[in-house]
Amino acid sequence: MKHKLGFVVACFAALALYPAVAGSFGLDLVTKIMVYAIFALSLELLVGATGLVCFGQAAFFGIGAYAAVLLSPANGDAPGLWWLLPASVAAAAAYAAVMGALCLRTQGVYFIMVTLAFAQMAYYIVHDTPLGGGTDGIYLTAKPVLGPAASPWLDLDKPLAIYGFTLACLALQFGFMALLLCSRFGRALAGIKANEQRMRATGFSTYPYKLAAFVISGGMAGLGGFLFGVKDGFVNPELMSWHLSGAVLIMIILGGLGHLRGALIGAFAFALLQEFFKSEAIFGAFAKHWTLGLGLTIIASVALLPRGLVGLPGQLAARLTGQRPSSAAAANASEAP
Amino acid sequence: MDLATFLIQCLNALQYGLLLFLVASGLTLIFGIMGVINLAHGSFYMVGAYMAYALAPVVASTFGGGFFATLLVGLVLAVILGYLLEWAFFSFLYEREHLQQVLMTYGLILVFEELRSLLVGDDVHGVPPPDLLAGTIALGEMMTYPVYRLFVSGVCLALALGMYLVFTRTRLGMMIRAGSNNREMVQSLGIDVQFLYRVVFAAGMAVAVLAGMVAAPISSVYPGMGNQVLIICFVVVVIGGIGSIRGALLAALLIGIVDTFGKVVFPQAAGVLVYVLMALILLWKPSGLFSAG
Amino acid sequence: MTVLLQGHQLTRRWGGLVAVNQVSLALESGTVHAVIGTNGAGKSTLINLLSGETEPSSGQVQLLGQDVTRWSQPQRARAGLGRSYQRNTIYPGFTVLENCRLAAQARHPQPWQWWRDAQRCEFSMGAARAAVARTGLDAVADRQAGLLSHGQKRQLEIAMCLATGPQVLLLDEPLAGMGAEETERMLALLTELRQGHAILLVEHDMDAVFRIADTITVMVNGSVIATGSPDAVRHNPEVQAAYLGGH
Repeated sequence: MKHKLGFVVACFAALALYPAVAGSFGLDLVTKIMVYAIFALSLELLVGATGLVCFGQAAFFGIGAYAAVLLSPANGDAPGLWWLLPASVAAAAAYAAVMGALCLRTQGVYFIMVTLAFAQMAYYIVHDTPLGGGTDGIYLTAKPVLGPAASPWLDLDKPLAIYGFTLACLALQFGFMALLLCSRFGRALAGIKANEQRMRATGFSTYPYKLAAFVISGGMAGLGGFLFGVKDGFVNPELMSWHLSGAVLIMIILGGLGHLRGALIGAFAFALLQEFFKSEAIFGAFAKHWTLGLGLTIIASVALLPRGLVGLPGQLAARLTGQRPSSAAAANASEAP
Repeated sequence: MDLATFLIQCLNALQYGLLLFLVASGLTLIFGIMGVINLAHGSFYMVGAYMAYALAPVVASTFGGGFFATLLVGLVLAVILGYLLEWAFFSFLYEREHLQQVLMTYGLILVFEELRSLLVGDDVHGVPPPDLLAGTIALGEMMTYPVYRLFVSGVCLALALGMYLVFTRTRLGMMIRAGSNNREMVQSLGIDVQFLYRVVFAAGMAVAVLAGMVAAPISSVYPGMGNQVLIICFVVVVIGGIGSIRGALLAALLIGIVDTFGKVVFPQAAGVLVYVLMALILLWKPSGLFSAG
Repeated sequence: MTVLLQGHQLTRRWGGLVAVNQVSLALESGTVHAVIGTNGAGKSTLINLLSGETEPSSGQVQLLGQDVTRWSQPQRARAGLGRSYQRNTIYPGFTVLENCRLAAQARHPQPWQWWRDAQRCEFSMGAARAAVARTGLDAVADRQAGLLSHGQKRQLEIAMCLATGPQVLLLDEPLAGMGAEETERMLALLTELRQGHAILLVEHDMDAVFRIADTITVMVNGSVIATGSPDAVRHNPEVQAAYLGGH
């Protein structure tokens, strides 16, 4: 437990110190990665903690982003962060409540399909109707601020400000989830993941727990979307595309399901892989086909790294000592974050 | 809407629904028999459409053949490709959890998309229907209807009927159904389940490819078509009930009606209507219209 | 003696097949009521009807005087109906103690206190420790449940049931796959549990059944062919013919 905590603390310390050495590209990239991490942690609550494989997480992310833009005043005044952020998160959570209420009526493969379909519905709403500004997307006229408009305490237009604010959100979210998973609610989710029928036989009405997890997860994803939309100052329907839903699933599998730090690792690894395959310096003209490399990497990592990068040291150790990896897996099965 | 337009839209709805049913039945087949959820199924449809475009000149210059020859060549290629793909990739997915299957086949989609991009490019193409079927036919005194769309409906019906007969009347169909119920038992009876699965997979893929080839003259050929049809197929399966072919047919026809008439009556909301339908069905019957047991 | 659980004319049809046909039974406090029958006799379906996992085609279920026929399984469990399964439904990744604690939590969930560590919850920890002690699993309380022996897993299955503080216990083949020593231990536990509880036992082990049961119900093809004390059932000609060794 200690070395896991140490790892996490080291990560956050590194992130806090990074701006001292980073250029503007690096700062923007790491802000993006931290937003991915917030997004990935939100999905971890559903997939890793409760066993609900949601293939529509991008809907909540996109709604958070679109809410940030659509709820901002049209006249160009800087909106107040103190109300815009909760409103955007609430919008995402509201859609999660409706979507969850319908999707949770299904199970297994059905559930995966239905979550994908409902996310597509959200995508089509912003893509086809004037509500979302169509394929061109919408620009954010003024970034939100905290404090009086003339001399704000926090102006998210500044790269350092958005970096710091995103880091703070990530740290708070990580702490919240760590507490949540150790609480009675979190243990109930773990029980539902392990054997829902047994939970019901013991006396738990499992539906409210799953719906609550859905809503909390949706809200957190909406937070990620809000930060992403504010950072870029621009939103378009691709923020709700199912490719993004697939990407965030890959992040948590790549990092390692069932571990909070897996979501952090996975977000970093995925973003770095993306940059790698897109890099023209390495692949030249072939770089525009970067999703080919990504696709092959996804297949390879699911096939070869069943426990993700978090489990890689254990897997390697097991191979080196000749131990069967499955017993090591059993010992790690109920790890805390 | 006058009567002629209404009837034309009905026929369009029927044609679209039957095409969806064909693609969805391949998806349900592979899931029902082998327990594999294959996201790349939509990519097979896309491959079929691009094949109709790319193979036509090749077939014309090599054999001097036209549309039907292209269909045949495409079908043969699809079966071979399906056989190889099952052997090289899908056979490793049978024992895995659904989440892993979803992600690995998602990776496969990306691979397929980029390979297509490398081989044929990203442009949108039209494919002309064969001269034989290019005209319109008069239906009654009020209207004319494109022959090719009737042909597509006919092909889908014929294939559906063919699959039904193979499943219920032949030994192969019986073995397949037995294999899906109890794999070990069938194996211990000396039947080669691996071969059986390979056949089923190749058939499922071939059906999707053929559907894409046949649909190409109507819907044209564009990069996102595979993913689009995949998600609609999911809606078909959810509405119809997994494991139910009857349900898939009914659901596909229902979606055909909602989508076709939706485009005419509410053009802006057309993309969303199908999902609203799904939401309503989920409220009423969570396991689909006909759930298998 | 008070009747804690009552099933009245319970029937369950699946299409043309009648799995359970007009079965009535009453569980009294302080007794062990065994249900025996050949495979396919409908015993598991009967337990499912009583526990709430399956809806009856007709008939009623009453728990502690209340009509619970329309109640879901979690509702019945919270009202005092505990159930163990034929195949282990323990959580293999959690420790023995955590298995029981999570079960106990069902009665006092308070899920909204997200900042409080579940391990510090006195209510569920206390109930869990008591259940673990009662089933004799103290020595392995901190071991991962997946690593226990089969007999210990079956004991844990009962412990989880006990942790919820039930008044009625529905036990589906608790002795399945157990050796002689483990069976003895389990029977001793069941005898001790008899006080203050009503126990319904579905079992195939005839020696154990005749030793421990106060009442036996015999089912064949979904219907009850005999109910009574072990002696009465043993000497019932129908039962002998159908089940106990006429062949």
